[in-house]
Amino acid sequence: MQLLRTILIIPLVSSALWAGLVEVGSDYFHTTISDGLKASLPGDTVRVHPGTYVERGLAISHTLTLIGIDNPIIDGNHNGEILTVTADGVTIEGFTFKGSGLSHLDENAAVRFEETNHGRISHNRFEDNFFAIYISKSENILIENNAISGLAISESRSGNGIHLWYCKNINIRGNTISGHRDGIYLEFVEQCVVTQNHSTENLRYGLHFMFSNHNEYNNNRFDNNGAGVAVMYSRHVDMHNNVFADNWGSSAYGLLLKDIYDSNITDNQFNRNTVGLYSEACNRIQVEGNNFENNGWAVKIMANSMDNVFTHNNFLANTFDIATNSRQNFNAFSQNYWNRYRGYDLDKDGIGDIPFRPVKLFSLLTEKNEPALMLMRSIFVEIMDLAESYIPILTPATLIDAEPLMRINP
Amino acid sequence: MMTLLKIIKYQLHDLLRGKWFIIYIGVFFLLTDGLFRFGGDSGQVSLSLMNVVLFIIPLVSIIFGTMFFYNSREFMELLLSQPISRTSIFLGLYLGLTIPLSAVYLIGVGVPFIYHAGVQTGSYWILLLVGVSLTWVFTALAFLIAVLSEQRVKGIGMTIVLWLFFAILYDGIVLFILFALEDYPLEKLTLALSLFNPIDLGRILMLLQIDIAALMGYTGALFSKFYGNMFGSVVAVFALWVWCIAPLWLGYRAFSRKDF
Repeated sequence: MQLLRTILIIPLVSSALWAGLVEVGSDYFHTTISDGLKASLPGDTVRVHPGTYVERGLAISHTLTLIGIDNPIIDGNHNGEILTVTADGVTIEGFTFKGSGLSHLDENAAVRFEETNHGRISHNRFEDNFFAIYISKSENILIENNAISGLAISESRSGNGIHLWYCKNINIRGNTISGHRDGIYLEFVEQCVVTQNHSTENLRYGLHFMFSNHNEYNNNRFDNNGAGVAVMYSRHVDMHNNVFADNWGSSAYGLLLKDIYDSNITDNQFNRNTVGLYSEACNRIQVEGNNFENNGWAVKIMANSMDNVFTHNNFLANTFDIATNSRQNFNAFSQNYWNRYRGYDLDKDGIGDIPFRPVKLFSLLTEKNEPALMLMRSIFVEIMDLAESYIPILTPATLIDAEPLMRINP
Repeated sequence: MMTLLKIIKYQLHDLLRGKWFIIYIGVFFLLTDGLFRFGGDSGQVSLSLMNVVLFIIPLVSIIFGTMFFYNSREFMELLLSQPISRTSIFLGLYLGLTIPLSAVYLIGVGVPFIYHAGVQTGSYWILLLVGVSLTWVFTALAFLIAVLSEQRVKGIGMTIVLWLFFAILYDGIVLFILFALEDYPLEKLTLALSLFNPIDLGRILMLLQIDIAALMGYTGALFSKFYGNMFGSVVAVFALWVWCIAPLWLGYRAFSRKDF
């Protein structure tokens, strides 16, 4: 019995020990990756040696670790998809993916994960692809430390850097994405953590997500994107420690919120955007500890937004601090620092004794009548704003910070 | 021509002896230098100077222009008794004032710019251009008023009203028009309205340079498109020219028919 058991176990152990390695390279038995993949068994590791492999339509349908040594290049020649993964537990590491094919019918990606679980894409480079990473209907995927760059010229002829659709528990960490349509795009995604990424110079949005509840975004940097970051139709979104910078253009936003409920926006930096934070139909958002500096409009909050709380933020050197389109206000502003505040603090408790009105008359007028912007910075407008700030008639009477801070929040 | 140059030369001598110019140059110099020292880059300094330029230059030019014209009354009568054409006298007085005024402005603003930031940014050139243009436009308006009105007090009063109109009231009227015609597409109208006030025209030309046009949304895009191309620039410069030449010509006509 003992002997029988040993005989049975030995081949199992030994296969796990050495059978798992398939080498691919010009000096090896398998010279193409597709050969290597065909030859592999579930649980194997496929090691690809340096070189350029012109291949398309690679498919992984069983658990596998695909490792590139010194960044071998897989060139799709701008024709169709490069690699499609349909199995669980697949790791792809250390490659350079180039040239997935542009198509108006298919969303061709360099790497696509389709209905998988427990996958990992790390330390790859993606260059000049239509879509770079495309994950759909998958769970527990880690996308880590990839450098993704595209050569997008027009929105209709370019795809997204990282595209997630119907996913759960995805971790996107430490990637840099540039030159795509949207840097990171998420739709119907839950419990996802996006952290330490740098999304820059994408045509449309640095980060774009819709219908994605219970997600967290922290320590990312989104700058120089065509229209900033857009967040729509989602609940329970937690955004903290991000930088939204240099989104400067006629319809660019640092962070655009539409139909967002019960979310937190804390400790972010909004620098040099046309509009720092734009909020439309958003309810119960806690905006706390953010820095708004050198924006055209620091915050534009439409009247259909309710019960949002702005507290302990810094507003520094913005052309307009707050703009709104109504005389009604259903949001709370308290204990923010406004560099435009000219009040005093007699009891020295650090809180100004007279309230601050962050909405200028002119910004209200221009929300209602956009061509009036031609009067920007004219003397008449300055006088009008000054008069309104002392005797408010048209600006929302309740949109005040009753406890403006005297000193900047650390 | 020679008499014209002689008159200009005499005017320069006369003006540079006064303290006015020292103060005027000092204000611009200290302001520009101070703004740089308080840590602004050239874009921010241009923006801060913009409000000063749009406010002070028209005011000083128009008030100083009328006062100067009234004070030159005896000098003018002396010249008129000589065989000198009225064209030479009028232009001599005008150029004799505008040349030093613009020179003072160029030195007061230009010199601190050069030693703080060098000669580079586009906004800097527009700042200088707008400042000089406004000097010429508002001096011409000043002369027109001074020729038309014999009484000093009335003349000075009129210049202040005119300055108030261009600097402040005009924008109020524009705002009123924009809200009165709210239901119509107004973008083209705003373009037209900007041409009818030299101060607004100067302000918009400068805003477009300082990359603030992005804040102005569709209107800003339209403005940058219009003033950004060759045709728009020509129209803008032409409009400033008309604002200078028209009052000057009207003033000259009144001056040449005037019975001293």
